[in-house]
Amino acid sequence: MGGWVIAWQFARRELRGGFKGFRILIACLALGVASVAGVGSVATALKTGLKAEGRVLLGGDVDLMFTHRQASVEQLNWLRENSNAVSLATELRTMARRLDGIKQRLVELKGVDHIYPLYGKLHLRDGADLGVALTKKQSRWGAVVDPRVLQYLDIEHGGIFKIGSAEFVVSAILEREPDRGTQAFRLGPRVIVSELAIKATGLIQPGSLIRYQYRVALLPNEVLGEWRSKLDARFPGAGWRVRDVENAAPGIQRFVERVALFLSLIGLTALLVGGVGVTNSVRSFMNARVRSIATLKCLGASSKTIIRIYALQIGLMASIGNLVGVTVGVVTPLLISPLLEGQLPVTAEFGFYPVPLITAAAFGVLVAAIFTLWPLGLAGEVRATSLFRSDVEPLSGRPPRRFYFALAVLSLLICVIAVLTAVRPEIAAWYIFGSALVFGIFRLTGAAMIAGLRRMPRIRHPLIRLAFTNFHRPGAPMTAALLSFGLGLTVLVAVALLEHNLERQIQQVLPEEAPGYYFIDIQPTQTKAFDKLLSNHPGVGEVQRVPMLRGRITQMKGVPVETITVPPDYAWILKGDRGLTWARRPPSAGSRITAGEWWPADYSGELLVSFDSRAARAFELKIGDMLTVNVLGKEVSARISNLRHIDWTSLGINFVMVFSPGLLERAPQTEIATVQIEPDQELALERAVVSQFENITAIRVKEVLEDVKKILSSLAVAVRGIAAIAILAGILVLGGSLAADHRRRVYDSVVLKVLGSTRRRIFMAFLAEAGILGIIASAIAAVLGSIIAWVIVVKVMNMGWDFAALPVCWTLILALVITLALGFAGTWRALTLKAAPLLRND
Amino acid sequence: MVEPMVHLKEVELILNSDAGEINILRGVDLSVAKGESIGVVGPSGSGKTSMIMVIAGLELISSGRVLVAGREISALNEDALAEFRRDHLGIVFQSFHLIPTMTAHENVAVPMELAGRDDAFQRAGEALAEVGLATRLKHYPGQLSGGEQQRVALARAFAIEPRLLLADEPTGNLDGDTGARVVELMFGMAERSGTTLMLITHDTAIAQRCDRVVRMVDGRVEEQTPLSQPSIV
Repeated sequence: MGGWVIAWQFARRELRGGFKGFRILIACLALGVASVAGVGSVATALKTGLKAEGRVLLGGDVDLMFTHRQASVEQLNWLRENSNAVSLATELRTMARRLDGIKQRLVELKGVDHIYPLYGKLHLRDGADLGVALTKKQSRWGAVVDPRVLQYLDIEHGGIFKIGSAEFVVSAILEREPDRGTQAFRLGPRVIVSELAIKATGLIQPGSLIRYQYRVALLPNEVLGEWRSKLDARFPGAGWRVRDVENAAPGIQRFVERVALFLSLIGLTALLVGGVGVTNSVRSFMNARVRSIATLKCLGASSKTIIRIYALQIGLMASIGNLVGVTVGVVTPLLISPLLEGQLPVTAEFGFYPVPLITAAAFGVLVAAIFTLWPLGLAGEVRATSLFRSDVEPLSGRPPRRFYFALAVLSLLICVIAVLTAVRPEIAAWYIFGSALVFGIFRLTGAAMIAGLRRMPRIRHPLIRLAFTNFHRPGAPMTAALLSFGLGLTVLVAVALLEHNLERQIQQVLPEEAPGYYFIDIQPTQTKAFDKLLSNHPGVGEVQRVPMLRGRITQMKGVPVETITVPPDYAWILKGDRGLTWARRPPSAGSRITAGEWWPADYSGELLVSFDSRAARAFELKIGDMLTVNVLGKEVSARISNLRHIDWTSLGINFVMVFSPGLLERAPQTEIATVQIEPDQELALERAVVSQFENITAIRVKEVLEDVKKILSSLAVAVRGIAAIAILAGILVLGGSLAADHRRRVYDSVVLKVLGSTRRRIFMAFLAEAGILGIIASAIAAVLGSIIAWVIVVKVMNMGWDFAALPVCWTLILALVITLALGFAGTWRALTLKAAPLLRND
Repeated sequence: MVEPMVHLKEVELILNSDAGEINILRGVDLSVAKGESIGVVGPSGSGKTSMIMVIAGLELISSGRVLVAGREISALNEDALAEFRRDHLGIVFQSFHLIPTMTAHENVAVPMELAGRDDAFQRAGEALAEVGLATRLKHYPGQLSGGEQQRVALARAFAIEPRLLLADEPTGNLDGDTGARVVELMFGMAERSGTTLMLITHDTAIAQRCDRVVRMVDGRVEEQTPLSQPSIV
């Protein structure tokens, strides 16, 4: 303990000089910690908001959802007897159209009963009353609509429109819907009508995609878990999807968690980039103190004391950086809350959340420790005899072995924390592997570059030679700058290419192959007339029409799905009802059989199923295994006869499960069709179909893609923001390296001036040095960033790859501009200093 | 009358510091003939180095005139001064001031390369051979002893065959024997090439080797002692 006290006394004396040598260290740590803490805090605020609003977002304490069918009388009676209240909301996607048939729009229709909403409040413009708004006046039903409906249909408040065969009058404008958490994303604006009005539309037909949601308000003393157990015991295998307040909006939650993971990994990269700045700062701080350390050693200080003195100083400075970062992390949610407003269906509940802050601080402390150990270990090795040399050498060599051990332990610890705190540990593990690889490549390239420059034949021009030799002289900080700046640039290149590929997928590739329209809820009785309409309509290309039912997988190989370990990427297959179909022939496009055989067209034996090959691999299913599916409340079992590789990006009709004809042929079903159509005929076709078939819903792919694009561009802003922090950390490190190198530049420029060089020539030499650094860093970053983006696009997202030179070029130009600007600033300062004071003898 | 190599006329140098203005040189008058060797002595802070800096064009005077090799250098801008130094001056410092990232060979070649001479490296090799460092061409300054570094600096200064060599305590960082060897080399080279030599030193013996000794006190030239009348340093 006494040793630490003495070390602290010495450290305190050294710190009298202020933070000057530590500014970059503090800034780098603060930036990195702030980005991790900020992302964590915002994500927690959103998740807390989700939890706090759980009941309101869900519309009840428990939500029981049936697709296609309603609860039985027995089920409904039980629910009523065992609760405070039960409210039914009926939801379906359908077309709203003007009476003159000129304009129509896909809307999300919701029919509500008189006790809706059970929790929360429905906000209507001008404080209108819901009950009054929904009543039928004369022959028209009242409808509450999202303001966008007015815009799309070009009608006003009080205007009239049609859904199915019923007419509605816009009686109120929707401002905020309380139970908006059931769907993360919607295909159209909301229209709320009464449950009686829904019946009047004539859209409730067998097989129509209608969701019946029974929202239950539990009795005051009821315990949720016990209630659910009672429900399961009373109605096992009822086929409803049950959600409760603990899991009110899983889609939104998953979205928030995944985005947060992605952003915090980029944040962690910013912290790692900053880590290089920490090493640089500590090394140059130590280099400036080699003489002091040697003096202390001469006077009897041990290596341990020296290490303690500097560990205390660095620890204090790192704590300041961490504290600043954590503080920014606390404030960030408040600053960005206006930006999040309206982007997500949940309100973030801002507050002080210690867990993400502690996690970020832990990352900060570990990064600071890992990146400090090496120079700190070298400081302990400084010999007292250095004092007797005319020129004190900078820190070099290797630290003692125990430092290697400590480095390994701390690195392992940071990996463990990164993996354990991630919602998807395997993604965090891949991230660690990838960043270690990129780090290693930059280090190796840096070393190879130095070795190459050393062996390079002599460049004739002395100043250009100076620019090159500055990279490989002992203690040159430029290689570390290359590492950090290059890492930041790599993130930027990868993000730019990722964005480009996603955008391309949506904007260019998809529309070419994708159908113009999806038409859903086509009744079997309408198929002939529907086909006829299409064949007579101009501009119609390929049409695909298949039957569609909905069903939920309940067992795989005879094992209930509740008991199996679900691979996270394929959990969606088991979540509630999925669309399924039956067919005599294999799908003509969008998939190919990879194993097994398709059944003959006239097959009528045991029920067979064709399954998604990648999902089969994930669930360890093979040909011959049995699948049990609950279709319309009835359990049907089928044997897997073949596996198909499905290309989901084609946007054609694809199903995870395609059944053989027979049993499902006789079940109530609708048909779904995709239609390729010339763009200028799209709206005309939609009008024609909707006016002839009131129940058919048209989904315009272009509009859906526009919505997806909007979501992606909001995400891109967040991703770019965090990536900007990574590059900012890189710039800081680069700037710090150039600043640390300032003395050398001043010295060189003075000597060169004495020897007769003009300022312009010296300036060009230094600029060339910065330019070389920029070119090398950006060249490596371009290659590595492209590889990373390729891996994510091709291997993780299973999309086609397109290398875009433009975003990469922009990133590289940015790199050059930054390095040249920093080089310019540093050189200018060096050149404007007077020579005489530096040439005077000490 | 033969034109002097260096002519200082009522040179004043006033520098600003936090504590106010400091009069470094207070009306220095000095004339140095071509081929002459001058020893500049005086206590610390008397303005010796500042005078040398003024002659090298590294410090701008506040008033007066400075003529070197017949040119009024106080009228030149910084880049013209750099080129003037490149063509006419050699400077040797107590702290050598070699470029650490360049080998001895490259360090010596720099001024000739800057002057665009094709034989820069050949001449640099010869200059290093003259100072006895023919075998250390590829060594970096950090790999050389103090005496060797100063010999590299001498080779660099003489390689361009300067008309004026300015030396600021060139042996100050060297031990006695090494210093003596460097001084020997410097005088020998100056004599052979007819270079005018101005040398700041605290060493009486070295000063006595010069044609004339100039003593500076408090920013003024106090005393000019010709050879054979040694000054008290």
